[in-house]
Amino acid sequence: MIRVVLPTHLRTLARVDGEVQLDVEGPATQRAVLDVLEARYPMLRGTIRDHVTQRRRAFVRFFACEQDLSHASPDTPLPEAVATGAEPLLIVGAMAGG
Amino acid sequence: MSTVRVLVGTRKGAFVLTADAKRARWEVSGPHFGGWEIYHLKGSSADPHRLYASQSSGWFGQQIQRSNDGGQTWAPVGNQFVYDGVPGTHQWYDGTPHPWEFKRVWHLEPSLTDPDTVYAGVEDAALFHSTDGGQTWQELPALRGAQGHLWQPGAGGMCLHTIVLDPSQPARIFIAISAAGTFRTDDAGESWRPMNRGLQSEGIPNPQAEVGHCVHRIAMHPSRPHVLFMQKHWDVMRSDDAGASWHEVSGNLPTDFGFPIEVHAHEPDTIYVVPITSDAEHYPPEGKLRVYRSRTGGNEWEALTQGLPQRDCYVNVLRDAMAVDGLDPCGVYFGTTGGQVYGSADAGDSWAPIVRDLPPVLSVEVQTLP
Repeated sequence: MIRVVLPTHLRTLARVDGEVQLDVEGPATQRAVLDVLEARYPMLRGTIRDHVTQRRRAFVRFFACEQDLSHASPDTPLPEAVATGAEPLLIVGAMAGG
Repeated sequence: MSTVRVLVGTRKGAFVLTADAKRARWEVSGPHFGGWEIYHLKGSSADPHRLYASQSSGWFGQQIQRSNDGGQTWAPVGNQFVYDGVPGTHQWYDGTPHPWEFKRVWHLEPSLTDPDTVYAGVEDAALFHSTDGGQTWQELPALRGAQGHLWQPGAGGMCLHTIVLDPSQPARIFIAISAAGTFRTDDAGESWRPMNRGLQSEGIPNPQAEVGHCVHRIAMHPSRPHVLFMQKHWDVMRSDDAGASWHEVSGNLPTDFGFPIEVHAHEPDTIYVVPITSDAEHYPPEGKLRVYRSRTGGNEWEALTQGLPQRDCYVNVLRDAMAVDGLDPCGVYFGTTGGQVYGSADAGDSWAPIVRDLPPVLSVEVQTLP
């Protein structure tokens, strides 16, 4: 079980409270987690990564275990603590603006 | 008794303002989609309970929301806007080729006859449509073939912001793009022609170019679809031949720069504009917020000031932020970048704020319900 924390606007859009818990088969990577997340919450498609290119949107970041994973390959395994559910994957709207 | 529903899109959410036919006491609901930019929301004239809203965010991109109960509840529908084929390039600000990139939906125009059919005008400029209530979207790509490689963004982006459907000819659609101009299809989007003859724009290399004009908005009265009115970057224009040619009707306006233009619901020659000082100063001249009305289809204009601030007012009124209701006398409404929505229940003779402190208003639409 993988825990995902969504930013406020995406929690509202997906109509969820608190963390999202996902069962991901196979290696836990960014791509695998987002595939499962978008399958359960189709309204999130296009909000975190591009529909077609699958590239992360510029102002969305991925944090976990006090690390910035935003620039890691989407196929890189997530930290063990995320894969086991000990730590959440944080999907964050970047601080921007004034 | 009839009901009026005013749909307001703002920088930080949508609001729905409701009143009976007297239009004296208003109920305000919202914010819907709080914190998101709502460029536009509009109801279907075929089913007034069906509303569409464009919801966007610099962080999380584009959403389209749909309501089937007049805005009481909403649900997200399809948000995938993919250009047809390889879209190629348009001109960038410096004149270099720049690839087409989807940014947001500026305007949603429901079909006049089918609540599940809706058009979307997007940035970078293109026209999409959906025939399944917004679940899926397809581009009408022939538009970009109308010299799209020469189009160039205005300061606000290269947006398709105006969609006017001809009630007498279902296959005829007018659209306007900043800063490309006006275009028309007579075959439901299979082919398009620039419709900019007569426009004069000093800010482009060839002031009479076929494309490249910064059209801010066009408006039509449904009873007379061959007559169009245009607020251009500078100049208020009129066409009597369905856009084939235009002539200036700025007349005695204090300035002919502005964004919205609207037509009275029952008088096809009564039109409204909100003059703005200049392209460099996006606020009313002399700090006086004045709507100007022409009852002669242009050229002769009168200032409408009663109830509007006549000192120290420096707001703007954006292109999609004015609309009329269908009652008699006709109601006129507009929203400002200062967050006020003003309404007039007497065709503009007098005004009162419905709300004063919303986020900056991006769009105003009106539904008149039986």
